[in-house]
Parts: sequence; structure tokens; C-alpha cells
Amino acid sequence: MQLRRSIALLNGAQTVGTGRTFWAGFAMVVLLAALLPVVADGFVANNIAYFLVWTFMALGLSLIWGYAGILSFGQTAFFGLAGYAYAVVTINAGDAHGLTWAALLVALAVSAVTAAVLGYFMFYGGVRDVFVGIVTLSVTLVFETFMAQTAGPEWAIGSARLNGFNGMNGMPSLTVPWPGQAIVLEGAPLFWFLLGLLVIVYLGLRMLVNSRFGNVLVAIRENPTRAEMLGYDIRRYQLSVFVIGSTLAGLSGVLYTTWGSYITPSSMGLNAAALPIIWVAAGGRKDLTASLVATLVLLWISQMLAVYGSQYALVLMGAILLLAVMVAPDGFVLAIANRLSNARQRHPSRKQPTGTAEQATASIKS
Amino acid sequence: MTTILETRQLRKRFGGLDAIQGIDLKVEPGELRCLIGPNGAGKSTLFKLILGNYPVSAGRVLFKGEDITDLTAHERVQRGMSIKFQVPGIFVHLSVAQNLIIALQQTVRGAAQQVELERLLALLDLAESRAKRAGELSHGQQQWLEIGMAIALAPALLLLDEPTAGMSPEETYKTGELVKHLNAQGMTVVAIEHDMTFVRQIAKKVTVLHFGRIFDEGPLEAIVASDDVARIYLGKA
Repeated sequence: MQLRRSIALLNGAQTVGTGRTFWAGFAMVVLLAALLPVVADGFVANNIAYFLVWTFMALGLSLIWGYAGILSFGQTAFFGLAGYAYAVVTINAGDAHGLTWAALLVALAVSAVTAAVLGYFMFYGGVRDVFVGIVTLSVTLVFETFMAQTAGPEWAIGSARLNGFNGMNGMPSLTVPWPGQAIVLEGAPLFWFLLGLLVIVYLGLRMLVNSRFGNVLVAIRENPTRAEMLGYDIRRYQLSVFVIGSTLAGLSGVLYTTWGSYITPSSMGLNAAALPIIWVAAGGRKDLTASLVATLVLLWISQMLAVYGSQYALVLMGAILLLAVMVAPDGFVLAIANRLSNARQRHPSRKQPTGTAEQATASIKS
Repeated sequence: MTTILETRQLRKRFGGLDAIQGIDLKVEPGELRCLIGPNGAGKSTLFKLILGNYPVSAGRVLFKGEDITDLTAHERVQRGMSIKFQVPGIFVHLSVAQNLIIALQQTVRGAAQQVELERLLALLDLAESRAKRAGELSHGQQQWLEIGMAIALAPALLLLDEPTAGMSPEETYKTGELVKHLNAQGMTVVAIEHDMTFVRQIAKKVTVLHFGRIFDEGPLEAIVASDDVARIYLGKA
């Protein structure tokens, strides 16, 4: 009964893409993706694994910004902190006995607790709208600046040197203890792990946004005062969603660190901070699927362009953001999806509300 | 029975302006009270103090005998009061049904929620518009939708701030009947209203506010007959 109710939440008012066609397409894409490491060479699979690494941060931002209306410009702070935390723990503890998984949990806890503390002061302190963006951006830049000056030998935690601007490297990958030979998540196993994790997180988030909790999030986004006047403690919801989204950014950070075996302060810099916003805004922040699709496509385009120099990709990303803001404020992917669904079912004509003028004061003795 | 709503020497100061200057208001359970007064009399401000949208400058607010002055707005709502704002406060980008569900999920869950949704849609005459975006509704329908959201919380006290603003005479009449129906079912209602036709239709007791004070209070007939009340409306007081 509980399971059936949860499954029903996969489709709902807060998610685009319902019905048989969508889910058949979804299953097909997942299946084809799963076959990729078998049919394509290792380079391609490794590249796509890199794209998958970032999707968790994008989904988290879609949740925070698109659903709850909180523009966080500093999700990279949680990405970087979790990456560093994973590096410090694994360099000290090694990869035996499933300790890399403990490191993963520690890293997620670090980003969750940091988000909880920061979020508490922001939301319970009455920080709103654009100021949340300014505060979160400042936080990520402060972390970047701090980590960049940790080059000296005094900046070490146990045997892990923080290495300043050059960042940390040489940390072990996620490793599954197995009788005989431990399974190191690299190459194809890492790809499958990321794909599986993405499917779980994506489906989980769909259930979340279509649940009672998700209803309250969009209510807060649409009209915070009304949401409050319906008896919801909006600060509590804002804090919760900020922690969930930021923990997902932390998850991306750990996966990035384990994927490339390095983490640097620039992962928390301005360029890095702007990218998730562009992916999510260009796709359609108010929908998880749109955000996910745009993230994968834009990462792929960025990488194609990076062959000719990384600056081209950044210029293009900036142009895409501008274009999205001007042409499709709700995102290109979402605009296309809406166009398709409108074509299928005739949309009732739009009517503007009329007669908003306040009624004139009537004479008491009319 | 305990007085459902009471304000004691309530005051609100905005900079140099004394918007509310010591109001003692008492509303008994089951009442249908109208709050009238010229523009700027402090009616909406009084509602905002009752609900906790503004902090009070002085005085206390009591709800069902409990001092709620220091509670946040959502805590007051959770205790059983609910409001329809002057300017429609609905979720314009969401569907009509979703607007109501967001309110309903505070009080009912599961299958009962669907039943309650249908009942509300029928009561508000919005059943055919359930899938429409709330922003596409006519102004009058938006007002009803917001009343629907307010009553979905099953409040003991319903505050209506100009529920008929911008409505046609037919819509105003229908709103009046809806308010009377809710009151007949036991909901205490306090309504701010300018439209005297509406006030005559629904009110039994009327409180007149003027310059942040209670100017007069009494049965509808007495207030309507009062020359003083007529004078303040014409700006001669």
C-alpha cells in the first residue's frame, strides 16, 4: 500500500513527462546507457561518467531554485567541501574494509551540516530573494580563497596535505570490499554505479516534489505569504530543501573527486559556481527532467568545444544563459516539452484577470 | 463559551503614523461580524496584527483565550484562524485543484482529501475549472478560490479582507450567501467590507473603525441608522 502510494507520486503536478510513452522512453534511455560501456570504448564511457557526476548537483539546484524558488549561487561550496572531505578521509584511512564508503558518508554529512548551519542563519534570519544568491556566492568564493592559500606544509590533516591552489590528488576510488579481489569503481563499474545512482536519485526526487512536501515547496515559490497563511512554517521547508539540494551537490563533489582522483579550490570558484545555474536555467529549473537533460547536453557541448580551448565553452554557456533569459525564461527543454503537450491537448485560451480595482467606498446610507 | 478573538489595547505605529490606537475588540464564537470604516481607518492593519503579519507596537491578541501575541503567523493559523487577503493571494501558476490541495493537505490526507476537494470545488462553483491555471480565472472566481483555500483549513475563525472587491453585483450576492452558509455551519467570520449592500446581506453586528480607533459598534440596524457613522464616511468627522 505504502509502496503503491510512493510509486503513484512518480507522476504528478510538479513533474513533466507522464504516461506510457515517457516511461517507455525513460526505460529505453537507461537501458541503452547501461549498454554503453560494453559497446563503446572506455574513453567514451569515462567521459559520460564525467557528465553523470555533475547531474546530482544540477538536480539539487533544480530542487532548491526551480521548485522552492531559492536561487543559490553557491552550490559549489558544498561540492568542494564534500570533495575535500572525501580526499582527507580516504588519504588518511585508505580504501580497505569499505572505508571509502564511510568517507562518502562523512563527506555528505559535512556538506549537509554546513548547509544546515548556513541555511539556518539565512532562512531564520530573514535573508530573501537575491540576497540568498549573494550570500551563497560569497560563501563559495570564501572557501575557494581559503583553500587556495593552504599550500604550506602546516596545512595538513593527518597525512593529507591540502596543497593550496594545486589541490589534492591521489585519493583512492570508491571500493567495494569483495572476497578475493575488491571491486574498485573505475571505468565501467563506476559508470554503472553512477547511472544506477542517478536513476535512484531522479526517481526519488520526482516522488519528493509530487508529495505533500513538494506541494509546499512550489507554494512557497509562488507566494510565500500565502503559504505561511496556510499554516506552513516556510523557513523550515526552505531549510530542509536547501540541505537536501546541497547534500546532492556534495554527492557530486565526492563523485567528481573519486572520478578524477583530484579536487582543487577552483571547483568552488566563480566559473564553477555559474555553470550549474546555466545548465538548470537553460533547461528549465522548474522541472527535474528538463534540468537533467539540459545538464547532460550542455556538458557534452562544453566538452566538444573544450578541444578548441576552454574559453569558448564558457563564452557559449554565457550566451546560452542570455538567450534562455530572453527567449525562454522557463528554459528551452521545458518550453519544448510544453509545446509538445499543448499540441496534443487543446489548451484553453488565456484570460487576464479583470476588474482588480478596489470597489469605491459606498455611502453608508445608500 | 470563551471569546474566540479578543484584542486588548492593541496599537501599531508606522514611523510617525499611529495606524492602530488602542483597539479593544471582542468577537464571540459563531458571530458574523463586519468591520467597516473609511479608507485608512486601519482595518487591514488590524487583521495583519491579529494574524501576526506585523508585530504589534503594544497590546495583546487573544485567540480562544490564549495569548497569541508572540506567536508567528503560521503558528496562529495552525491554531485555527485563516484569512482571505484583500488582493487575491492565490498561486496563479498552479491549477485550481492544486491550489486547494495545498491548503487541504493541512487538514485531511488520503482518500478523504479527494472527497473534500470535490466538496469545495462544488461549493465554490469551480468544478469545471479545476484543471485551469488559477491565474486564468475571472477576478471573482479568484476571490472564491482564495476563500476556498482559507476554509479548506477548517478554521474556527475566518477573516475576510474585502471578499467582494471587484465583483459584479451577482457575484457579490453569491459571496454573501456563501459566507452566511459557512457561518451557519458554525464558522466565526469577521469581514472587512466597503460594499454596504453586502454588509446588509450578511452582518448581524458591525464594528466601525475610524483613525485607528473603534468609532462605533452595534447591531447592523443601529449602525446603518447612525448619523455619526454616515458623517465619517463622507469625510466630515
